[in-house]
Amino acid sequence: MSKRKPYVRSMDGWWKKNPYFVEYMIHESTALFVAAYCLVLLVGVIRLGQGEAAWNGWLAAMQSPLSVLCHLVLLAGAVYHTYSWFKILPITMPPVIVGGKKMAPEALTGTALAVAAAAGLALLALVWRIAL
Amino acid sequence: MSKYRTRSNAPIFWGLFGAGGMLSALFVPMMIFITGIAVPLGFLLPAGTMSYPKMLAFAQNFIGKGFIFAIISLSLWFCVHRVYHSLHEFGIHAGMGAKLLCYGIAMLVTVVCAVGLLGLGF
Repeated sequence: MSKRKPYVRSMDGWWKKNPYFVEYMIHESTALFVAAYCLVLLVGVIRLGQGEAAWNGWLAAMQSPLSVLCHLVLLAGAVYHTYSWFKILPITMPPVIVGGKKMAPEALTGTALAVAAAAGLALLALVWRIAL
Repeated sequence: MSKYRTRSNAPIFWGLFGAGGMLSALFVPMMIFITGIAVPLGFLLPAGTMSYPKMLAFAQNFIGKGFIFAIISLSLWFCVHRVYHSLHEFGIHAGMGAKLLCYGIAMLVTVVCAVGLLGLGF
């Protein structure tokens, strides 16, 4: 065992020094918001299987002010996930060739965000139709 | 080079990550709005949108069941894969233990979700 104590630079908070990496850490962390919501949904699936009283209990829990507040935070995280997921789409997918030219990154992100908005609205319309 | 190279299992996890990230990017914000904000506050959507008979019918429908399963399970695979690959950023050496823990959580959620949904019947 060596007695030497070479200086090793601490890596604590390395990402806080550069706005690019701060954004990276924020967009990576949005996955936790999405997963947290999916666990809430999973509890809902289990409660649904336990009968009407259990399901109504889950619905009542979802009505508590704390739950609504938490869901507002989760919504912000999920929206940022959608934005960042499509923002990096131009570097995560193969180039899209339109009319013999590579599609501009901004155009690709814009198109994908429009598709995401349309998908969300279609889901809302479908839920509306089932609910009526 | 040997003809029988061991093949990496990484593409499976990257595939699940990509599918979960894409699906959640498209639908999860609106789902949070519907189930967590609009329905609890009785806002925008008709009363009883998520009543027991309606939700049971939705979860017993083949497409409804598949949608719930895909959202929950793939989102979890997406999340744990991202966490696993982010450990390095926090100075944690991601070994086999971390891999088993991360993907194990996603596997557990997938199984619980599948059992729960199948238990609701068709």
